[in-house]
Amino acid sequence: MSDLNTSMIEKYRSSFLKEVEANVEEGEWVKMCMQCGVCSGSCPLGKHWDHPPQEIFMMIRANKREEVLGSDSMWMCTSCYNCIARCPRGLPITHIMHGLAVYSKRLGLTPKKQPTAEFSQIFWDNLMKKGRVNELKLGLSMNFKDGFGEGVKNAMANQKLGQNMMKAKRMNPMEAFGGHGVKSPGDLQKIIKKAQEIEESKIQAAK
Amino acid sequence: MAKIELSFYPGCSSQKGATSSNYLVSAQTMCEELDIQLNEIPDWNCCGASIGYGGGGELPRLTLSARNIALSEEHNKGQEIVATCAACWLSTREAKERLHEDEQMFKDANAALSEAGLKYEGEANVRHMVEVLVEDIGFDGIKEKVKKPLEGLKIAGYVGCQTNRPFGIAGESFENPMYLDNIVDAVGAESIPTYEKKVQCCGGALAFSEPEKSQEMIKGILEAAYDNGADMIVTPCPLCQANTEIYQDQINEKYGTKFKMPIVYYSTLMSVAFGRSAKDAALDGHVIPAKQLEEIANK
Repeated sequence: MSDLNTSMIEKYRSSFLKEVEANVEEGEWVKMCMQCGVCSGSCPLGKHWDHPPQEIFMMIRANKREEVLGSDSMWMCTSCYNCIARCPRGLPITHIMHGLAVYSKRLGLTPKKQPTAEFSQIFWDNLMKKGRVNELKLGLSMNFKDGFGEGVKNAMANQKLGQNMMKAKRMNPMEAFGGHGVKSPGDLQKIIKKAQEIEESKIQAAK
Repeated sequence: MAKIELSFYPGCSSQKGATSSNYLVSAQTMCEELDIQLNEIPDWNCCGASIGYGGGGELPRLTLSARNIALSEEHNKGQEIVATCAACWLSTREAKERLHEDEQMFKDANAALSEAGLKYEGEANVRHMVEVLVEDIGFDGIKEKVKKPLEGLKIAGYVGCQTNRPFGIAGESFENPMYLDNIVDAVGAESIPTYEKKVQCCGGALAFSEPEKSQEMIKGILEAAYDNGADMIVTPCPLCQANTEIYQDQINEKYGTKFKMPIVYYSTLMSVAFGRSAKDAALDGHVIPAKQLEEIANK
């Protein structure tokens, strides 16, 4: 268990809701949920959530900290924004789910090998290298994330797709040797490093 | 009509050799015909899309978009920002709204940007290209430019998620938006306003991480288009386009279906209808060729 997780448990022992309000993106909205269930019924991947958003909100208020933060439910969010569009009370549900997912990851509580959690990090690392996404490397990293053997299997399964994309000039093998980017990735990395430091210091201050 | 000048945010997937490079080509062709000048934001960066949040968190993610807006305000001063990609538009507009509402976040983003001498003010309007079409050009304006009506084509308008929610297009409903159908009609084809999957999610970025769950949804989107007698699907979103087009083989293999549905952009339709060549409409960039459009373009 991470140190950060331990200190958060100690600090917010009496209220997981308060912890969420203080540390999760848009977390201050959680108490506004009126438990109608429209979000859960509107989610395109709803049937795959262990706990759909409505339940997550109630579980937060019922102090079910481990069950919420250790759940892979939030990682089922496709960012379709159906829940936001339909919530009668205007909760920014998509962002709260993203926020909970990030918070659980920060505390080291996300289930291991959760594919969307992994993809999300791979995507971020990919774009941070040159400031723009390198799609070829993104595809390769995803195929090979579980090791070489799995990677070859995935690559074989997607071989035809890759060939089709190259034929349509929508995939470029030369991207492996560079690819698109901003003029000074170093400057962009400096900006984002600073933003990360600011965000980090806020979480530390909340400890 | 007076020339429209916009500060253009093309986005990663539109670049040469990337998944929606054909969107960019056709959008440029469309804009030439509509007298819209696109001034690319110099040195723009990725917006983080809808999946970067898990790696980037909140402020770093918002700062990515703040940098693009700051660059636009510096180099394309006074111009509205326009994106063709749904996720680019959403991220940029979301960042602008969040930094506007939250004074501390505004200060923090600027503190980060100052590391590279940039300053974010957040004055520029952030729009999607379809807003420009609907609000500035208008369906009649589109109709006026049509040289080769796409007669006899039945086209399902697949709006998808992020061009539609949470911001959407002014005056349109989240549940049953009509503008894409109106564009289809304006270029002389037959729309399917009751295409029931018009705002169904395709899985978005989860098509990579949860392929089976996503492909089940994509199957429904394609099936409904066939059931409605569509010759092809049109969409305003690069990820919707890719997801519904490139996995058809894998879906056919898994479900025993025989899908071969062309998926094009509104800009593809308009480029062809405005009389431009198949190459200018980037019809060579499709995995599943839109043969009927090729025939009209080559006429």
